[in-house]
Amino acid sequence: MSGLNGLTLAVPRGALMRDTLELLDVLGVDTAEVRANDRKLLFEEAGIVTMRPSDVAIYVEAGAADLGITGKDVLAEQSERAVYELLDLRFGPCVMVVATTEGEDRLAEALRRLGVMRVATKYPRIAKRHFERTGRQAEIVEVKGSVELAPLTGLAEGIVDLTATGTTLRENGLVVREEILASTARLIANPVAHKLEAAALDDLVARMREALARG
Amino acid sequence: MREVDAIVRSVRGVFDARGYGEVRTPALEYEAVLTRGDPAAAEPAYKLFDEQGNVLVLRSDMTIPIARVVSTRYATANPPLRFCYVAHAYRSVRPQRGQNREMLQAGIELVGVPEHEGTAETLTVLCEALDAIGLAGYRIGLGDASLYPALLDAHGVPAPARGAILHELQTRDFVGLERAVEALRLGAEATEALLSVPQRRGGPEVLEAAGPAADGLRAVVAQLPAEVAGRVIFDLGLARSLTYYTGAVFEVYDAALGAPLGGGGRYDDLLGRFGRDLPAAGWALNVERLHIALVGERRGERL
Repeated sequence: MSGLNGLTLAVPRGALMRDTLELLDVLGVDTAEVRANDRKLLFEEAGIVTMRPSDVAIYVEAGAADLGITGKDVLAEQSERAVYELLDLRFGPCVMVVATTEGEDRLAEALRRLGVMRVATKYPRIAKRHFERTGRQAEIVEVKGSVELAPLTGLAEGIVDLTATGTTLRENGLVVREEILASTARLIANPVAHKLEAAALDDLVARMREALARG
Repeated sequence: MREVDAIVRSVRGVFDARGYGEVRTPALEYEAVLTRGDPAAAEPAYKLFDEQGNVLVLRSDMTIPIARVVSTRYATANPPLRFCYVAHAYRSVRPQRGQNREMLQAGIELVGVPEHEGTAETLTVLCEALDAIGLAGYRIGLGDASLYPALLDAHGVPAPARGAILHELQTRDFVGLERAVEALRLGAEATEALLSVPQRRGGPEVLEAAGPAADGLRAVVAQLPAEVAGRVIFDLGLARSLTYYTGAVFEVYDAALGAPLGGGGRYDDLLGRFGRDLPAAGWALNVERLHIALVGERRGERL
């Protein structure tokens, strides 16, 4: 078998896209059209659909794609999605962290003096779970854009966000206080496709494992 | 509604022809009753208090209420007992197509027919029901809830680690499973077995590779009519979210829908918890999902 074995794969646009396409090249999938075309979303011939990483789990759960590649951060945030997590693809490493402005820990201060802290994040469920598990009362403020802005403007005392190199945090004068979860890219599968397309799917996973082992 | 009613009529016709009698139970059960059947049965569910402060739960499935009925209203009836239902169950889920907080289930419970014979009958009735509805492309994923725990025992996996490992399997996280198993440092052979067995699914060749662990499944298949056996996909990693299953477990798939249409299995310990120690097996189909799959099949949709 070759290419994607007739399966449909949800490919994440953004930070994970380059490594994903490189992996697909090794598997013999023709990604030239995907690389050449920034606006097109559906590449039927190659069996590829492209989307935001946070949408991948939704498409795969609904069966609109048989397989998908997305970060563990997305899967942890959307933990109720009924999808199989098949393989750690090891690229796109990053860490979900709690960060505040440099100097005194404003989160700790708020908790001590006010009994509650405000935390801005794009990952409300991971943040909520983390503070519940560690027994601290936190008001989670969900934002869609640059979350680093929140502690600088006084919207929140701290943030929960994903960081790969820490550069954005540093440039905004923020420091990491806690690490919540380490994330890498994962291959996920729809539960029905996992049964009905077992042979095609297993062969693809085996070839991905091989490609990863070769580095 | 007309299409949904037609589905329900078709299923009821099969229940009748097979001698399954319809039962009704209250939508509200005491929480203590549901959790006696399965600690997970009252989660995630809707709860309220009665005037004495008892916690009441909107039933999350029909199996536990019927287990209660068997041991109270049918305490002296001679087995086998054949029950069916078309009833609503309630789960606190995020509503989406094919998954509502109130869902209509059609299913059966076969009480007092042990082991493979009983499992084979429930699977046969299941296929008859799906045929009667008019679904053409459905498949039955068939696994065994006792298979993986037996494998963990055989490799001497200690109790604290078992829970974590079974949780990874239940949440379909093979990456997590790999980490949990590798952390046990069991040696190459045991690690390979614990990781590869739950990923095996497909035709009868899957059973050959599994050795004596799959004896239970082999015995079930030997009892199945050819047209039912032809629908089966063996799945040694199949794990259902409820923990009362003791043997065969199964799920129904159709390429027209990305989620299972229903499922069931064998639960030989459940009735004993309510005072009547009888083996039993059963299944439930989600009527709304049947409807979606049927419409999808007729429009030529597939995954």
